[in-house]
Amino acid sequence: MKRSRIALAFGLTLFGVPWAGAVAQDKPAIAIERPWARASIGTARPSAAYMTIVNLGAKPARLTRVESPVARRAEVHRTVKRGDIMSMAPAGPVEVPPGERVTLAPGGLHIMLMGLKRPLRKGGVFRLTLRFAGNRAIDVRVPIMGPGARGPSE
Amino acid sequence: MRPDADRTRRLARRALLILAVGGVILAAALVSVYLALPDRLQATAPASRLAEPGSVPIGGPFALVDHRGRTVTEKSFGGRYLLVFFGFTNCPDVCPTTLGDIARALDLLGSEANAVQPLFVSLDPERDRPKRLAEYVKAFHPRIVGLTGTPRQITAVAKAYRVFYEKVSAKSYYGRKSAASKEPKPVGDDYLISHQGNTYLMSPKGEYLAHFSYGTKAPEIARVIREAIAKYGNPARREE
Repeated sequence: MKRSRIALAFGLTLFGVPWAGAVAQDKPAIAIERPWARASIGTARPSAAYMTIVNLGAKPARLTRVESPVARRAEVHRTVKRGDIMSMAPAGPVEVPPGERVTLAPGGLHIMLMGLKRPLRKGGVFRLTLRFAGNRAIDVRVPIMGPGARGPSE
Repeated sequence: MRPDADRTRRLARRALLILAVGGVILAAALVSVYLALPDRLQATAPASRLAEPGSVPIGGPFALVDHRGRTVTEKSFGGRYLLVFFGFTNCPDVCPTTLGDIARALDLLGSEANAVQPLFVSLDPERDRPKRLAEYVKAFHPRIVGLTGTPRQITAVAKAYRVFYEKVSAKSYYGRKSAASKEPKPVGDDYLISHQGNTYLMSPKGEYLAHFSYGTKAPEIARVIREAIAKYGNPARREE
């Protein structure tokens, strides 16, 4: 059921956003594109996961919680650059307006994976559950790239 | 009649003269524009980013401990160019991006990479002891050296490089209520460090040459290092 809805969401990206509102009225139609994470260095340090969240529905999508079996705690954080100073803090719920997309990428929004239960090894995959307002959860399979990767193809 | 004809001729001559002068000026203008063009085209190509050595008061002597536990100074790296970056190993977003970019720049430099010594200076000396630093830097590139020290030594090197940093406790960003809640708090994640994200390129004599702000991609870092090597030589080659 969940899978088929994700497939539907992906399919909808092909036909464009205007269709989406008509199809998904009750629950937000959300697609996750290009998920990836960085290999961790041991388990004592946090790792980060990135992706693009596409809202194909007619209502705003609100990412409220993130969970993963590999981490004791997962949160969306935001790196902020003020002048030359880089700081990081929890971003709070991430709002994706209807028909729009929010990209989590190095130097900006990222899912910080803290208290790793096992090391994230390059080439591996782990599960991440994104919980959206409206009792909507999406499971994402996240491929693990190198520790200094800049994107899912490196 | 005659004075009139004279006047007409004079007027015609003057008109011709004006036309001729105007033509010459126009031609000169066109020629100068044409000559200036290559300069303008060059201006769109990347200009030199290297500062005159000694003109920027950033950097200086330091005494720190490397990731193998040895005491090192700025003179311990065979007179190589230094590529200096500050961070902390619990940093999941900014530091891995920069270290990844530095690692890719080293790969792009190929045999010339030996002219440069990349240094990752920890701004978190309490947590980043040499052993912890060793597993971190090795994950990015075997040539990157991690540096730590006493808090006082780190304060000194950060000051010399004009690097601002600040510990930010989890309490301050989660709020007291959440910090006191029973949610699992992984050990070692109770603070983060806000820090300046520049990477500095220093000359073999320890003078500031250039810096790369956070997000500068590997090809640009490699390009500037190559430019420095072309201008000031390759100390690794002289050593051989």
